[in-house]
Amino acid sequence: MSDHEHEEHAHEPAGYGMYFLTWFSLLVLTAITVTAAGMTFGSMSVVVALLIALVKATIVLMLFMHLKYEDPLFHKLLWVVIFAMAVFIGMTFTDTLFR
Amino acid sequence: MSSHSIALHAHKDYRGSKLGIWLFLITEITLFGGMFLLYSIYRSEYPQDFHHAAAELNTLVGTVNTLILLTSSLTMALSIAGTHHGNRKLALWMLAITILCGAAFMVNKYFEWGAKFQHHLYPGSEYLLAHPKGEILFYGLYFIMTGIHGIHVLVGMVLLTVMFIKVLNQPNAKVSFVAGHGLGEIEGCRMAFVDASDKVVWKGDEVDGSVERIDVKTKFWPVKKRFHVADFNQLENSGLYWHIVDIIWIFLFPLFYLIT
Repeated sequence: MSDHEHEEHAHEPAGYGMYFLTWFSLLVLTAITVTAAGMTFGSMSVVVALLIALVKATIVLMLFMHLKYEDPLFHKLLWVVIFAMAVFIGMTFTDTLFR
Repeated sequence: MSSHSIALHAHKDYRGSKLGIWLFLITEITLFGGMFLLYSIYRSEYPQDFHHAAAELNTLVGTVNTLILLTSSLTMALSIAGTHHGNRKLALWMLAITILCGAAFMVNKYFEWGAKFQHHLYPGSEYLLAHPKGEILFYGLYFIMTGIHGIHVLVGMVLLTVMFIKVLNQPNAKVSFVAGHGLGEIEGCRMAFVDASDKVVWKGDEVDGSVERIDVKTKFWPVKKRFHVADFNQLENSGLYWHIVDIIWIFLFPLFYLIT
C-alpha cells in the first residue's frame, strides 16, 4: 500500500515562478482595493471591497494553499462552511433588517 | 544478534493529516465568521458611526501590514516548495523570513494599539463610552477582531519556529540502543556500517560499560527527481495555518481600514 502512495506523490515538483506570480497578483489587487476605497460607490463600496477580498482569498486558497491540486473532498468541505456562513449572516439579516 | 530495521516511512497517513488540518482551518473560519457576523449586523445599523470611527485608523499602517502578510505567505509557500526541490537552505531561509514578517506585523500592531491607548481609546474607557453607540461598537469589534487575529499570528510564529528547528534537525529515522532495549546485547561489540559487499566503511569504538545510549540517526534529503510529500507533512500543515491567518487579514483590512 505504501508503494501506491509513493507513485501518487512522486512527481516532478513545479517551479517557483507560480508563487511569485500569485504574490504579484495579490499586490496588484491590494493596490486596486486601496484605490477603490478612495472613490465613492455609495452603498456599493462594501460590495466592491468584499468582492476584491474574495478574489484575493480565492487566489491564496487555490495556489498558495494548493487547494487546486488537492482532493476534491477539501473543496466540498470549504463550500459547506461558506454556505453555513452565508446562512448565518443572511438569515440574521432577515431578522434585524425588519425590526 | 538482533536486527533493527530502520523504518524509512513509518506509518504516515498523509491524506488523513491533510484532512485534519483542513477541518481545523474550517473551524477557524467559523470562529472569525461569528465575529464578521457581528460586524455586518452592527455596521448595517450604524453605518455613519462606523464610517466616522474608521477615519481614526491609519490606512497606511493597515496597507503596510497587508503587504507584510502577503509577502509572508509567499515566503511560506517558497519554503515548502524548497523542500520539494531538495533545497534545504532555501526552505530554512524562507521560513526565517516568514517568522520575521510575522514579527514585523506584530510590531506595527503594537504601535497602532499604543497610539489608540494614548488617545484613551480602549474598551471600557470613559472617553470611548462618551462616543456615539455605533463608534463604541466599532472600536469594540476592532480590538477584539484584530486582537484575536494578532494572537493567531503569535501562535503561528511559535509554530513556525518549532518547524524551523524540526527542519533544521531533520533525521528521517532514528534507532536507539539503551539499557533494556538492545544496549546490553551489543556490549563488548563495535558498531560498523557496511556496504553491499559487507565491506566495513565505518567502524565505531567498543561499546563498553560507560556507554549509556547509542542513537543511530539517518537523514534523507530528497533530490529533485524524487520527493515524498509525506516527509514534510508538518511543515505543509503549518503553512496552511499561516495562509488562513493571512486570509483572515485580507478580509479584516478592507472592513476596518477602507470604509472611509
